[in-house]
Amino acid sequence: MQSLVVAKDLVKIYQAGEVEVKALRGVSFEIDSGQFVSFTGPSGSGKTTLLNLIGSLDVQTSGELIVAGQAANQLNIRQRANFRGNNIGIIFQDFNLIPVLTVRENIEYPLLMVKPTPAAERHKIVSELMEKVGIAEQAEKFPNQISGGQKQRVAIARALSTAPKLVLADEPTANLDKATSTRIIDLMKELKNQLGTSFIFSTHDPRVVSHADVIYVLEDGQLQTPTAENTMGHGGSK
Amino acid sequence: MESARIAFRNLYRQKRRTGLTVSIIAFGVVAVILFSSLAGSFKNMMISQITDSMLGHLQVHRSGYVESLDTMPLNLVIEEQYVDQLKKALGEIKEIEGYTLRILLATLLSNYADTTNIKLSAIDPASEQLVTPLLPGRITQGKFLEKGQILLPNLVARGLELGIASEVVVIATNVDGSVNGTSLVVSGIVETAVGPSGKYGYIHIDDARELLRMESLQVSEVAIRLKDSEKLTLVMNKLQTVLKGITDDKGKPVFEVHPWKALSPFNNIANMIDLMTIFIQVILVTIVLISIMNVMLMAVYERTKEIGTIAAIGTPPSSIMSLFIFEGLFLGIAGAAVGNITGWVLVQAVKAAEMTISFGQSDNILLAPQISLSTMLATTFIVILVTLLGAVEPAYKASQLDPVEALRN
Repeated sequence: MQSLVVAKDLVKIYQAGEVEVKALRGVSFEIDSGQFVSFTGPSGSGKTTLLNLIGSLDVQTSGELIVAGQAANQLNIRQRANFRGNNIGIIFQDFNLIPVLTVRENIEYPLLMVKPTPAAERHKIVSELMEKVGIAEQAEKFPNQISGGQKQRVAIARALSTAPKLVLADEPTANLDKATSTRIIDLMKELKNQLGTSFIFSTHDPRVVSHADVIYVLEDGQLQTPTAENTMGHGGSK
Repeated sequence: MESARIAFRNLYRQKRRTGLTVSIIAFGVVAVILFSSLAGSFKNMMISQITDSMLGHLQVHRSGYVESLDTMPLNLVIEEQYVDQLKKALGEIKEIEGYTLRILLATLLSNYADTTNIKLSAIDPASEQLVTPLLPGRITQGKFLEKGQILLPNLVARGLELGIASEVVVIATNVDGSVNGTSLVVSGIVETAVGPSGKYGYIHIDDARELLRMESLQVSEVAIRLKDSEKLTLVMNKLQTVLKGITDDKGKPVFEVHPWKALSPFNNIANMIDLMTIFIQVILVTIVLISIMNVMLMAVYERTKEIGTIAAIGTPPSSIMSLFIFEGLFLGIAGAAVGNITGWVLVQAVKAAEMTISFGQSDNILLAPQISLSTMLATTFIVILVTLLGAVEPAYKASQLDPVEALRN
């Protein structure tokens, strides 16, 4: 089976003023379709940078990265936006819902602005997703009228609305309490099983990490050698 | 449409800022409408004072006459055969309401004790009043002209201590160089259209012909009044086309046609009013441009993370740009609508207040501001165009934001 994500010797160097920051120092890995993958590690270890590269929000300084058969660093800004719209769903730590749109409209947004979809099909997709993530009753509410957990459910539904091959979630539970975090991770895993969509998320919460099929540990911009602790009980862990 | 909906809701979300921006744009539109209508009213009034009491809308002279107008040369008159051809040509243009024949002459005027120079316009009273209907209104004492009478300018009447029914002698040199005189009775005192100065009087055209020993009909100028002054250029072109075919023995055109604008320095004032209106419009454009750019740039800075989000989930840069263009467009439409309505109401209020002004010797001239639909539409078009221009730069800036940097905001 062809890997969904292939990274070889990924290096990302930022220029922060006059200081050169090596955020990733030669990272290599492969992720297959349908996997529930976690990148974990302390703050500043390069998790978000790596997710940004996988999501084609940014391009590597050197190395090779192929996502869904495409090397994003060969695309221009417009092509990268198009690639993300067709292949990748993104869930943010702060939910990042559009405040002037209702729950329904937030989920519908990518089907209007990113991947235009006929109205009937669009309404069907949105309704089904709202049912799946359990926020159908909040459909006409605005983001400031719902809880943090509900916002993240909306964000998940929005990320899945275009039926992407891959969903990226950067610290998806960082702003949620323990119980809600567990429910959100369970929901993501359930959706992964139902839809076959791959999920890659970054987190430093051990409770969240424990749900992953595959766990990668990042430290100081490098992948750590798998340990018994981070592979135990998770088939396919690396 | 989704861009428009989000843009509208973003404006609604920032009610106070949106309201303030719309108010600023509306204020500019109101300023333009009020100034245009009042200045237009003043300009029209001023033009009508000049054309309706002195010049008429158009004048026809013998070729070369206007260049020598100061000396009122009698050797550059329109002879009888050409007058007949001119009358025929004027009769065929339906836009002409009427015309009057004039002889202009430079004379000496005596009260038997003192003598002064005076320029006279010899007129036919009936046709003159048709072409310059405001002329009788300039008579401050006495009545209009009959044969054997003279309308004296106030300056001359005071200088020679002449009053109504005073007898005067007018002395003139005819085209052959012989000096002739005739006695006339003062029928009235007339002010010039723009002030108490000037030494221009009126006598009957038959008296002038006798004074100048003209055996046939000869005239210095023909003043023409149009049914609609807006058709000045059209009629002038028609008349020039017809008259250029009439040539003298040497094959040169007999006539030259001049609009009132070419004969009065007040055209410069009219042009200045137009220039000021344009200046006010430029100020409006600047106000709108700065307001929109300011508001849009603030919106981009405030919503950087939101822009990063929609860019991250795959919204094309062109769609992000359209969001902000729509916001600018809506602000422009709202500002223009509010401004036009408010401006129209204020114009009606000024009209209802029946404000009056003085111009030259005319008092209590009713200020009648009017704003045409075309002016309102043009202002709306300019405002919307400028708001779009003002929104382009911030919109482009938003569309080019790096999603990673924007999300970090």
